[in-house]
Amino acid sequence: MSGMTWQGWAEIAFTLASTLALGFPLGLYLARVWTGGKTWLDPVLRPVERGVYALVGVKPDQGQRWLGYTGAFLGFSLAGFGLLYLILRTQGLLPLNPQHFAGMAPHLAFNTAISFVTNTNWQSYSGESTLSNLSQMAGLTVQNFASAAAGMAVAAALARAFAANRGETIGNFWADLTRITLYVLLPISLVLALVLVAQGVPQTLAATIDAKTLEGAKQTLVVGPVASQEIIKQLGTNGGGFFGANSAHPFENPNGWSNLIEEIVMNALSFAVFVAFGVVAFARKETRALIAAAAIIVCAAAAVIYVNETLPTPALAHAAHVTATPNMEGEEVRFGAPSTAVWTAMTTGASDGGINGQIESFTPLGGGMALFLIKLGEMTPGGVGSGLYGMVVMAIIAVFVAGLMVGRTPEYLGKKIESREVKFAVLATLILPAALLGFAAVASVLPEALKTVSTSGPHGLTEILYAYSSAVGNNGSAFGGLNANTPWWDTTLAITMGLGRFAYAVPVLALAGSIAAKPRLQPTAGTLPTDGLQFVLLLLGVILILGGLQYFPPLALGPIVEHFQMIAATH
Amino acid sequence: MNALQHLRPAVMMVVLFTLLTGLAYPLAVTGLAQLALPYQAGGSLVRDAGGEVRGSALIAQGFTGAGYLHPRPSAAGTNGYDATSSAGSNLGPMDKKLADRVAGDAKLLAAEAPGPIPADAVTTSGSGLDPDISPENAARQAARIAAARGMGANAVQAIIARYTEAPALGFIGQPRVNVLLVNRALDQAHPIAR
Repeated sequence: MSGMTWQGWAEIAFTLASTLALGFPLGLYLARVWTGGKTWLDPVLRPVERGVYALVGVKPDQGQRWLGYTGAFLGFSLAGFGLLYLILRTQGLLPLNPQHFAGMAPHLAFNTAISFVTNTNWQSYSGESTLSNLSQMAGLTVQNFASAAAGMAVAAALARAFAANRGETIGNFWADLTRITLYVLLPISLVLALVLVAQGVPQTLAATIDAKTLEGAKQTLVVGPVASQEIIKQLGTNGGGFFGANSAHPFENPNGWSNLIEEIVMNALSFAVFVAFGVVAFARKETRALIAAAAIIVCAAAAVIYVNETLPTPALAHAAHVTATPNMEGEEVRFGAPSTAVWTAMTTGASDGGINGQIESFTPLGGGMALFLIKLGEMTPGGVGSGLYGMVVMAIIAVFVAGLMVGRTPEYLGKKIESREVKFAVLATLILPAALLGFAAVASVLPEALKTVSTSGPHGLTEILYAYSSAVGNNGSAFGGLNANTPWWDTTLAITMGLGRFAYAVPVLALAGSIAAKPRLQPTAGTLPTDGLQFVLLLLGVILILGGLQYFPPLALGPIVEHFQMIAATH
Repeated sequence: MNALQHLRPAVMMVVLFTLLTGLAYPLAVTGLAQLALPYQAGGSLVRDAGGEVRGSALIAQGFTGAGYLHPRPSAAGTNGYDATSSAGSNLGPMDKKLADRVAGDAKLLAAEAPGPIPADAVTTSGSGLDPDISPENAARQAARIAAARGMGANAVQAIIARYTEAPALGFIGQPRVNVLLVNRALDQAHPIAR
């Protein structure tokens, strides 16, 4: 073990390249699912699909206006929240609970239910010491599917809005939800869950196994239906682990292959949503520019984290005889610096939030890069669905900025972008930093909040910033030293997660309604091309300026200061 | 907002989701996994000749005896290696507690054998249950194990080599040695006199 190696760079390049490569065919398939086209799973799934519509009592072909679509999206999320909250509170009375875990406290159940419904999967608890197998399956696994499908449904609606010519409706939420779950999430999960089991991820209804170690001590192993949750956790960019240590736990992620599969799966479907958007919105070339911007950022981030995780840290550099690199504190031997670096870039770029190493113990800029990726707004490639609509919002702001420069009404994908659309786009992008910075500022001075922050100084500030960034970006990863299971943290983080999901998605759906109603225009000589290198650079500029510069002061006081402290301490 | 009019289909849909993705799907995966891959699905359990469970090949045990390969330090639970409480130390890179812990462990390891101490030997893993150590870490311990068991260093190294795994395809993941499997093989090849 030592510093950077060619194998490390090869692994990072291979992981990112295969993820992107898989995103394209998967996206073409997803587009067919969005548009109700034929798939090879039809013979099995069509009858199930029709059964769902009949039982729920909805007409799948009946288009909804944006308000109706939004109402269905919110109603579904609310009902999901209610049932999950109920299960978590009452798990002590429910079956499949051999460890006799009690129900969660109200603030923890509130936080956890919002967390999983908003696709965040922030966890103020440790799964193996808190949750029964029933809560894991019928509670959390359900929202792993539901929140992912709902996010992808919103993206489908936005795609239809761009395709429409003076349209009134943007699709049917119930049909989108059902088709995405049945044709995409369930079959992929079913197959890949078994692949993960083959690598060593447990899948059993047993909860604990007692072992007598070789030295004669008693060891209690926690098992459960891990694989079925692990795969949808990654596929749906959820990120909530079965175990406290998440995918650093050998039962969630036993070896290099399982790690590679989980990495690919957590970004491939997000990229696929981009591709499907391009197909449905008749904008394949323009979508490639969005994909390029996302890919450039996540690749650069992986490289930055890898470089930093192979820097010597003071603890290792000053201990006699110790090989000072890589930074193995919080990292697993089977992964080492390269697997951990690329995973961390992908999980924070994709709003997944699963971890395979403890980010709190990373070098300042390794962990700082993860924080920065979350702060960019989770669109590189972001959560499934939410990443795409986040990127489209950025593209709208980019054409608006370009339009201001040349003094023309901007257009995007054949639609005029006027004051109403820009207002919705800006509204969406402003609520997030307001919530994040507001709560973080209060928490930085409030004794009630500070008493469970694990350390002081720049690292403590980063811990606070990371928590609220993770919540507002619906990411869910953490600087794990923070004990967030207190009324203050549980409640404020829950509010932040709710805002991050709904205060973004609702303006996006309003935007979709407004875009759908406009006529589709043919590009003219005066239209800014939105498919080439020039637009990629413009878009990158807008993302980095909007997402990056508004957070520069806190980033400078947290990870950047700590980095220079570390460099000074190791020389 | 007209969320209320959507509440009936919403509730029905959540109930269906629960039945389909919360019960049918995990139970189907469980059934198939138990049928086709019972060893892995059950937790990769390591049993002795009498069938008693002695651990999992994927979960660290806190070996301390001189005749055993030692795992990495662990922050899982109060005393480490607690499989019901996976966790990292969550100490930041500039934390004095980390520097003190590493310096203390390094001192003990330097007294035990000469040569450089690999980083994994003095750092806690992300899970606290890391079943592996680096080949360099294992090689450093071979002489101690051989002396404690009264067996040849070459025999110890051969057993370590047998449970050393190279990265997949040569570059996916890192080379690693499974501590529990080495120790079981050591006990089988050359039991410690009790």
